[in-house]
Parts: sequence; structure tokens; C-alpha cells
Amino acid sequence: MRQLRFGLLLSAMMLVSGAAAAEDVKLAYVGEISGQLAVSGGNFRDGVIMAVEEINAKGGIAGKKIDLQLYDTQSNPSVARAQMQKALDGDVFAVLGPVLSGNVKVTMQMLQQAEVPHLIGGEAADLVTLGDKYLFRTSFGQQVGMPKIVAHMRDNLKAKTVGLIWVNNDFGKAGRDQLKKALDAAGLKLAADISTEPGQMDFAADVVKLKAANADVQFVYSNEEECARIMREIKKQGVKGPYVGDTTLLSQKTIELAADAAEGVQGHVGLTSDAPIKAVQDYKDRFQKRFNYVSDHNGIKGYTGVYAIKYIVEKKLGGKLDRKAFANAMHGLTITPNDEPNILIETSWDDRGEIDRISFLAEVVKGKQTITKILPKLGGGKS
Amino acid sequence: MTDFIQLFVSGLATGGIYALTAVGFTLLWQTSQTINFAQGEFVMLPAFFVLIGMGYFGMPFWLAVVAAMIVTVITLGVIFKRLVIDPMITHGVLPIVIATIGLAILMKEGVREFYGADAWPFPPLAAATNITIFGAALAVQSLVVLAVSIGAVIVLQLFLNGTRTGRAMQATAQNANVARLLGIPVERMILYTFMINAALVMIASLLITPIYLAKFTNGELLGLYAFIAAIIGGFNQMRGAIVGGLLLGVVDNFTAAYISTQYRLVVPLFFLIVIILFRPQGLLGRVEERTV
Repeated sequence: MRQLRFGLLLSAMMLVSGAAAAEDVKLAYVGEISGQLAVSGGNFRDGVIMAVEEINAKGGIAGKKIDLQLYDTQSNPSVARAQMQKALDGDVFAVLGPVLSGNVKVTMQMLQQAEVPHLIGGEAADLVTLGDKYLFRTSFGQQVGMPKIVAHMRDNLKAKTVGLIWVNNDFGKAGRDQLKKALDAAGLKLAADISTEPGQMDFAADVVKLKAANADVQFVYSNEEECARIMREIKKQGVKGPYVGDTTLLSQKTIELAADAAEGVQGHVGLTSDAPIKAVQDYKDRFQKRFNYVSDHNGIKGYTGVYAIKYIVEKKLGGKLDRKAFANAMHGLTITPNDEPNILIETSWDDRGEIDRISFLAEVVKGKQTITKILPKLGGGKS
Repeated sequence: MTDFIQLFVSGLATGGIYALTAVGFTLLWQTSQTINFAQGEFVMLPAFFVLIGMGYFGMPFWLAVVAAMIVTVITLGVIFKRLVIDPMITHGVLPIVIATIGLAILMKEGVREFYGADAWPFPPLAAATNITIFGAALAVQSLVVLAVSIGAVIVLQLFLNGTRTGRAMQATAQNANVARLLGIPVERMILYTFMINAALVMIASLLITPIYLAKFTNGELLGLYAFIAAIIGGFNQMRGAIVGGLLLGVVDNFTAAYISTQYRLVVPLFFLIVIILFRPQGLLGRVEERTV
């Protein structure tokens, strides 16, 4: 009898805890915690963690606590698929990540089939063209950023030829193609087109080729660590500038790793914790206090991604955890800082999941990213 | 032509680092029949000792280097021999190979656990300036790396040939039993070899980390290149390892520049296969015969 009573009590407790778990909003970060893209993925993860901690401290999403699970892709596509399956087996409401475009590509079909919204960090241009109705970006695709950089090179730097050094992965290839397209449209010539490998350590030979091309502008397009190694080699070999790039080249991590070699680097950044916007500065301070390092754009991507989920569930779905309705609501949506202060910057998504925000031209001055110009949003969305 | 000279010099500089690491392979093999598959991680770790000295103890760079050198020689020389090699040495080469592979994983994951998966900046030994020689602008950093590598090897050669201890170490390498009969303290000579290897990896670490940045994965490729260099040059000859390292650095650079970055590892591996097929003792190695 005593055993029966104990058994019943245990069952009741399990039921109660199960019911409580069912009330949680299950989110998963499936991203690059280790491996080649650990810097970017780690920032994204910490942005997600900080947002979840803040939201849970204030009662959760529509009164439901967020249950966040972390899955490490190890920057490896085959591991990414296995980890994504684990996340799906856990019946997640939405997935944040991956950051590596290649890992997004190999996992997006799984999420699309399971009809799970996923807010990605990948920036490869073609990701939003593959017909995935559940995919949403947290930062610009390259097709948005590249024309802005090319306009800067043509109009401000008066460049006629560009020497390009890029990383041969999904992110780099798509970026290279978008840049070439934008250069052709603007009448600029690609004087050097040098492909490098992900995780490459020694860039001496590649930079000799870049130097030999004698282009007006050197364009560096790779992941943060490789960008830093390239810039160190460029300065070592005395390749003349200006040095131009996208968000990764101007990220805080690249600046920290490249040290003096990053000085004078300029380009376009879609997101930056150095943006002259109070909400972003406050976020930067909170992040630094929480994790003891400065967030890069990936941290903002993760952070704002969670707040976008919160806003949509609370304001558009009335607290209902309906994945399909979530995806429908997010297409064509605009969230302003008035709607949700922690979205930081007014953000819109189109019907393909492409994102639109203001963006920035920046330059590295005395080891800091300095915003030189704010570029307007391209279009709008429903609010 | 100027591109060729630049590629050649930067290849020699990288090759010098491979050579230093490969020399360690050959030294350990000759004196104790040890193949250290953690050699790449041995190069990775001292950079973190320097960063710990600078970051946690607030030391200036050069003091941190001296402290790291002492810690490296003790941990990767003395302790490595006492804890890993000595208990295994009587069981033959294979257990040592497996143990050092395990050690490599332990070191890599240990650094990742304690220092994180991120890369860290590391101060270069020279400023990022250039000097022009024969019309080619050569990076002073590359020349310093090359000079330090060659200097370290020359000092090692002078020590081995010009001192009593060095000659005793050579005798130990040639035939430990005869050396023992001649009254040479063989065990101590082997220990010295491990300490010298630790000093060499420390120097290699100082030279390579400003280029690679300090990261827990740095040893993977470096260990492989150094191993290939040692085999190409001759695993039982120190000068073979030097030639193998320099050759590999230059070939690697020319492959990346004139063929493709994607195939830069293919050419060294192709060399390795050719050498194993047609000259298994390596370019400068000597044929060894063993009783079975």
C-alpha cells in the first residue's frame, strides 16, 4: 500500500512537471559553438542567452518561461544535421541559428518539413531564394550589402579596380558572386579574384597575388579569424589600401585579432554594437557586463531574434504557440523599437524572410569601429 | 620575378618553423625511438603559456616568454618524458604513438576548455615593415622568422658537435648500449633531448603564432606538416628534417600561388608518397636495418 501511494505520488509529480514543461516556450540554438566559426556562433549564442535570461526574469513570453536548449554544430555540416534532428526531436517551437550559411543550407529542409520557424544567422544571398517559408534572417543577405559597398568604393574611394580575396565556403562564394554582380553593374573591374580556404592559417601566397594585382582597393571577404590573418599578412607585406569589406572585416573580433593591421579598414556593416543608437549602446553595455567581452553583430542577431519571437507570439498570436501562424505573421512584418524596445533598431521582413534595417558605413579608427554614415532602409513592411 | 622572390622567402620562413618542429621529431626518434604525435600541439601550447603570463600575471611580453620557456621545458620536456614516455618505452613504438595521439587530444581539448575556442592575438617578434632586396619588397617579419629558425638550428648543431654533452647525446642516438658501456649517462642524455625538443617547440610557437593567431587547433596542421617534413628529409637525420621543412614551406607557398590554395596540401602529400615509394629513408636519411 505504501509502495502504491509512493507510485501514485511519483506519477502525479511527473504529470505536474510534464504539464509545466508543456507550458514552456521551447527554443533551440543550433549553431557553431566550436570549430572554425566558434567566434561568430559563440556571439550569436550569447546574444540568445542574454535575451532569454532577460525575458524569463520578466515572466517569459506571454507568461510562459523560455526553455532554451543549446546544440553545437561544431561548424560541421554533418554534425549540424544531427544536432538539428535532436532539436526537432525535442519539439521546439522555433530554432535560432545556425550562423554558418553552409550549415543553414543542410538543415533548412529539415525545419521546413517539420514546419518549424528558424531565425538564421547565415548571410549567403541564396538562402532566401530556396522557397523555405519558415526561414527568416536576423541580418542582411549579401545581395543587400554588396551594392551599398560597391557604391561606396565607386563614389567615395573613386576606385576603378578591386582586388578581392574571399573564403571558399557557401558564405564566401555567394558573397563573391554578389560583389561581382554589383561591380559589373557599377562599371568597376575585378583585378584579382583570389579564393582561400575556410580555416586557412597562412595567407602569404594569396597576399603576394593580391599585391601583384595592384588594384585601387583591396576587398577582404572571409570569416572573422581569417579576415584578421589576411589583414596581418596584408600589412606585413605592405599591400597598399584602402582595405574594404563587409561586417566580418569590421567586427570587433577581427579588429581585436588583427590589432594594428585593422587600422583604416572601412566598409559596410549591417549591424554593429558601435551603432550610434542608445538602445544598441545599452545592449552593448549589458552584454559586456554579462559575458565580459564586447558583442559583435552576431550577438545582436541572436538577441534581437529572441525578442522578435517574443513580440510575434505576444502581439500577433495572442500568446498562442502556433508555428504556421508565426511564420505567416512574420512575413511582411515590421517591428519598431516602440513596439518592442529590445528589437533595438526598426526591422522588417519581406515575404521571403529577407530582413531590412538601416545599415552603416564604418571605418576602424584607433582600434575602434567608427560609424561614418547611416544608410537608410531599403523598403518597409506591415507593422 | 619579384613575386617569385617574395614567395620563396615567405615559404622559407614558414618552412623554417616546420623545420624546427620536424627537428624535434627526429631528435626524439633518434635518442628514444619516440614518435611524438602531439608535436603539433606542443607548438600550440607554449603560446598560451605566454598569453597566461601576460594576461593573468601582468608580465611584459619578453618576461612572459622567458617564464613560458621555463614552463614549457619542464612540462613538455621533463614531465612529458617522466609521465608519458618512460612508462611506455619498454612496450615499443606503437603504445607511444597511441599515447601521444591521446595526449594531443587532451592538450587540444584542455586549451579549448580553459581558454575557449576563440583565436587570440599574439604579439609579433618584429614590426610589420618591408625591406627591398632585388626589387622585391620582403616582410621583415618573414626575415626575422627565417633568421631565428636558422639561428636556433645552428646553435643546436654547435651544441651537439662542439660540447661534450652534445657528443654524448649523439653517441646515445647512434647506439645507446655502447654509449652506456662507455660510461655515458644515457637516461640523462635522453632527458636532455626531450628538454631540447621542448625549447624548439617553444621557439616555433613564438614564430608561428603571430601568423596563425593563438588557437587550440593550431597544432593539427603544423604537426602534420612537420611529420611530412621529417619523413621527406629523413626521420633519422636532423639535417634531413631541416631540408624537409624548408622544402615543404617553399613548395606549399608555390602550390598556393601558382596552382591553387585548395590543393596546397596535395602537393606535399604527393611528395611524401613519392619519397616513401622510391627513397623510404628520406632525402638525406640513412638506411636502418633492424633485427627481427
